[in-house]
Amino acid sequence: MQTSNLIIALLVMSALAYFFGYQRSRGFARQLGGVSNLHSLPTYYGMRVALWCGLPSVLLLFVCLAFEETIISKMLLSGIPDEIRPTSIAEYNLLMNKIENLASGALSSEGVKPALLDAAAALGYLRDMSQRLLTGLAMLVAGGGGFWGWWRMSAQLRARQQVEKIFKGFLLLCASLAIFTTLGILLSVIFESVRFFQQVPISEFLFGLEWSPQTAIRPDQVGGSGSFGAVPLFLGTMLISFIAMTVAVPAGLMSAIYLAEYAGSKVRSFVKPALEILAGVPTVVYGYFAALTVAPLIRDTGTSMGLSVTSESALAAGLVMGIMIIPFISSLADDVINAVPQTMRDGSLALGATHSETIKQVIIPAALPGIVGGVLLAVSRAIGETMIVVMAAGLAANLTVNPLDTVTTVTVQIVTLLVGDQEFDSAKTLSAFALGLMLFLVTLGLNYIALRVVKKYREQYE
Amino acid sequence: MSKSSKPNATTERIRQTLAKRYRAEKRFRLYGVVAILFGLLCVATLFVDIIGKGHGAFRQTYIQLSVDYDADILGISDINDAQQLALADFSGLVKKSLRTRFSDVSGRKDKRQLYRLVSNSAEYDLTDRLKTAPALLGQSEKRWVLADDDIDTYFKSLNSSDGAFVGRTSEKQQQWVQSLIDAGQIELRFNSQFFSNGDSREPEQAGIGGAIVGSLFTLFITLALSFPIGVAAAVYLEEFAPKNRWTDFIEVNINNLAAVPSIIFGLLGLAIFINFFHVPRSVPVIGGLVLAVMTLPTIIISSRAAIKAVPPSIREAGIGIGASPVQVVLHHVLPLALPGMLTGTIIGMAQALGETAPLLMIGMVAFIVDVPGGFTDPATVLPVQIFLWADSPERAFVEKTSAAIMVLLAFLITMNTFAVILRKRLERRW
Amino acid sequence: MSALTMNLTATASEENSFDSAPEQTVVEDTVGFPLVDDPKIRARNASVFYGDKQAIFNIDLDIGKHEVIAMIGPSGCGKSTFLRTINRMNDTVDGCRVSGEFLLEEDNIYGSKMDVVELRARVGMVFQKPNPFPKSIFDNVAYGPKIHGLAGSRVELDEIVENSLKRAGLWAEVKDRLQQPGTGLSGGQQQRLCIARAISISPEVILMDEPCSALDPIATARIEELIAELAENYTIVIVTHSMQQAARVSHRTAYFHLGKLVEVNETEKVFTTPEHKLTEAYITGRFG
Ligand SMILES: Nc1ncnc2c1ncn2[C@@H]1O[C@H](COP(=O)(O)OP(=O)(O)O)[C@@H](O)[C@H]1O
Ligand SMILES: [Mg+2]
Repeated sequence: MQTSNLIIALLVMSALAYFFGYQRSRGFARQLGGVSNLHSLPTYYGMRVALWCGLPSVLLLFVCLAFEETIISKMLLSGIPDEIRPTSIAEYNLLMNKIENLASGALSSEGVKPALLDAAAALGYLRDMSQRLLTGLAMLVAGGGGFWGWWRMSAQLRARQQVEKIFKGFLLLCASLAIFTTLGILLSVIFESVRFFQQVPISEFLFGLEWSPQTAIRPDQVGGSGSFGAVPLFLGTMLISFIAMTVAVPAGLMSAIYLAEYAGSKVRSFVKPALEILAGVPTVVYGYFAALTVAPLIRDTGTSMGLSVTSESALAAGLVMGIMIIPFISSLADDVINAVPQTMRDGSLALGATHSETIKQVIIPAALPGIVGGVLLAVSRAIGETMIVVMAAGLAANLTVNPLDTVTTVTVQIVTLLVGDQEFDSAKTLSAFALGLMLFLVTLGLNYIALRVVKKYREQYE
Repeated sequence: MSKSSKPNATTERIRQTLAKRYRAEKRFRLYGVVAILFGLLCVATLFVDIIGKGHGAFRQTYIQLSVDYDADILGISDINDAQQLALADFSGLVKKSLRTRFSDVSGRKDKRQLYRLVSNSAEYDLTDRLKTAPALLGQSEKRWVLADDDIDTYFKSLNSSDGAFVGRTSEKQQQWVQSLIDAGQIELRFNSQFFSNGDSREPEQAGIGGAIVGSLFTLFITLALSFPIGVAAAVYLEEFAPKNRWTDFIEVNINNLAAVPSIIFGLLGLAIFINFFHVPRSVPVIGGLVLAVMTLPTIIISSRAAIKAVPPSIREAGIGIGASPVQVVLHHVLPLALPGMLTGTIIGMAQALGETAPLLMIGMVAFIVDVPGGFTDPATVLPVQIFLWADSPERAFVEKTSAAIMVLLAFLITMNTFAVILRKRLERRW
Repeated sequence: MSALTMNLTATASEENSFDSAPEQTVVEDTVGFPLVDDPKIRARNASVFYGDKQAIFNIDLDIGKHEVIAMIGPSGCGKSTFLRTINRMNDTVDGCRVSGEFLLEEDNIYGSKMDVVELRARVGMVFQKPNPFPKSIFDNVAYGPKIHGLAGSRVELDEIVENSLKRAGLWAEVKDRLQQPGTGLSGGQQQRLCIARAISISPEVILMDEPCSALDPIATARIEELIAELAENYTIVIVTHSMQQAARVSHRTAYFHLGKLVEVNETEKVFTTPEHKLTEAYITGRFG
């Protein structure tokens, strides 16, 4: 049976189980003289039996499905003679693809090694077998579980508590997904990064000044190994983020201050949503805007002033990224400024301070931890921003801090290395994961500090 | 006005500082105004720029040809023979019509330029036409066919203030266009193909239909996964979670994940979902999975806020009539918190709809012509389509890209407006 | 007596009916002596509105030089609102409107020649809840002199800070930790810090809005002593909820009721033989 049909069958079985459980509890109720003499409502008895039927079988199904492919390919590989046994992951993928295509008939069997033909036949057979096995097993578990649940029923059974316990367990599982996600991210980047660092020493990656991951196709070509010094990427990322922050921090902060402290409610009700539009614009749109409008504008302006500006300048990407971050900073700053108690303002104003003196010398210092937290979050965003830099910054890993030059960033390289063909055994592809690891650790650190600072700040004025 | 009293020494000193301080005050206010104007200017520029570039794409240039469905040219003897129809030379038909219209054109080079006036989709159009109206065989009719993208760009730019954009069109082609204009045989028509077609290498045939359907499939998966899981997680954290390390750890993780760069989720999708669990690439399922993981924190955070906003008296009343905590949550708290949760979910979905970076890594950048028909068909999504087109060298794609952005923004603005309305409703209730 | 109480509860529950039917109120004119010769502050026909709602009704009141005047009355009767008219802190409230004549000596407080910065430097204020800035103790006190440019040099500034802290009776407690944050002090110390901050720019008048309501009895006693000392140099207007406090520190006491000034008299007279029935009802604790 196909997996989708099997799932439907299991659902039907669970529904039946519900019905039988329900009926049986009604039977108990009749003997005892009414539903009120049961421990729980009949629906709970029904649900309990349905869970006994559905839960173990579906769990089993998913576990088996998750490992089915891996096991089948292991079995196939063991049957393949040594001379065509793959030595690298790329070869392995190629081989598996070939067998797959042979099995599905997409590849004609003419002139193919008999060992492969055998493997293709075996693949079909194994798939078929596993499908049958799975169907039988799942049905058996569903039936057995359902019967067990049904058989163990009694009027005193705490059916509702049991059902609710499972329900809460499900909720806990959902909540814990956040942890599993973090774990998954860590595992996925660390695993491949470790393999990368086996090929390229970590010191070269962290401190090397040259980045050219283009490994040669054939090993005998020159520059076959590529160089993986990530400093130009780090510097490029920092340069663009710095430009972005020099735009976003003053503009975001000043507009937040103006809106919170000076603007009347009419101005506020118009300007705030208008600025928030900037926050809702997808980054790919900013990237397009940067590449097609801002970058040529900057280049032409620069050229007319006699400067040499590349058409993929760090300035264009940084500027547009800054525009993207303005509403982020402004809304965070607005929050923290509004959290400063009114008595603080009054204290300063009553001393004869002007409004701007009050803001500069009392409100901003009071709100500073919150503002710093917000800026840190914004920096983490700038570092992790991808589309703007992919579209408007270049690929050239120049070691420069000249904003009119082309630089590349960590995210640009991750995308470039992973879009298209990936070879999970070459340093080139793996280096993307090492960059990902760096990115994750840095942004995680920034976020963690920022969130703590902001939280502390909020508590201070609670 | 009463006479001023004689100021004391302190007042005297303060008065001396006043002018300077008020100047500083004015300057500070000015900075604020400038900052706001800068922000508003950015919004305006962005929109004006994109609409200015993109509005043209909603109309496409068509050329009127008088087509003679000549059986000899087509090589069809029996109109009902599908095989013959499939092999018929409709391209020859188009060429013939063009040669008839511009009968003075001779020479291989000129002819080739002439044929390039119309899109190569013209022959498919005529094929479909003859299939639906077989009686036309041997007859002739006037038919509007799609112009080539270079001609389209040139024709549209004819009336622009910065002068005509010649691009790759030759002088001859420009003369032919002029002659078509004089004869009223070239015009702009509403570009419905833009909304129905998939991607194409030919800009005039490229549409966002495939990308929109891909986005819908992907978003459906995202919603189906992240909404129930997000709500369940929020309910657990707000209503049942004991105060312990594990709960704290979950919270820290959720807050941090909300701020993790989206590209990292692409790495997760590639390494875990594709390489480990063997989910196929380039399909809405994998895109939806990755986006669901990405939007989950947003949905959890806003759902928690919505649950928090339900007054405790409701819970107390429920417990008071003997309901179990689970029943109270399911029957009383959730229905009241639902609008708030939906608001957060819509905002999360809008985020997912606009997301590009993680999808690049899981193969959703593929060039896909067909409109996907299911969750496991190769697909791309709207923002990725924009990214792909933005990279294309053809001038006509600039217009298409901007128009696709307009459509994407329209979706996002609608979703966000909806969320705002929902939230307003909600606020009114308490 | 019972008729009066009933009348009172009726008016109290219909606060808003004043606009429509002012003749219903028991208060017509202020009794006692609200006016003095050569006053420091003169308010005539003072009214304050929050939007459409009137909070203060046509008050006439003089405050003498170096006088301590206490303002008492049930909460919401407009004491703070009246107080904040004197240093124009009501300007900072959206929709708040003030009418009437207010003079600080000969200067019109709301006149176009009056600069609000200068006014607030001349009329200091201490708030109900201590509100030190998130700065060091030193910087809290130095804030006023610095923004107003009152100290020519660092030495002068040190001097001003030391003097202010001494006059606020805080110097001995904090002189060794001037660089520590002001928010780290105890509530009573914080309030004295705020008083030091207010006197650091040598105001002529100090407004105090329930300065002790957030403090314990010992800290309160300390502040009350301080007020008595300060009275030698400053005119002090103090709003208080505690009648004992009013009795201890003030020369005259003004009783407010629902935005009207009911009675102003020598403090001792107000607390022993009040002229107005409402005052009597309040001080004998029948409402408040
Ligand atoms: N900012 C404000 N906006 C609107 N009404 C206010 C505001 N501040 C005070 N009020 C109203 O004015 C009246 C007097 O308040 P207030 O002066 O604070 O009284 P008191 O200090 O005597 O307790 C009250 O009815 C109060 O509700
Ligand atoms: Mg008050």
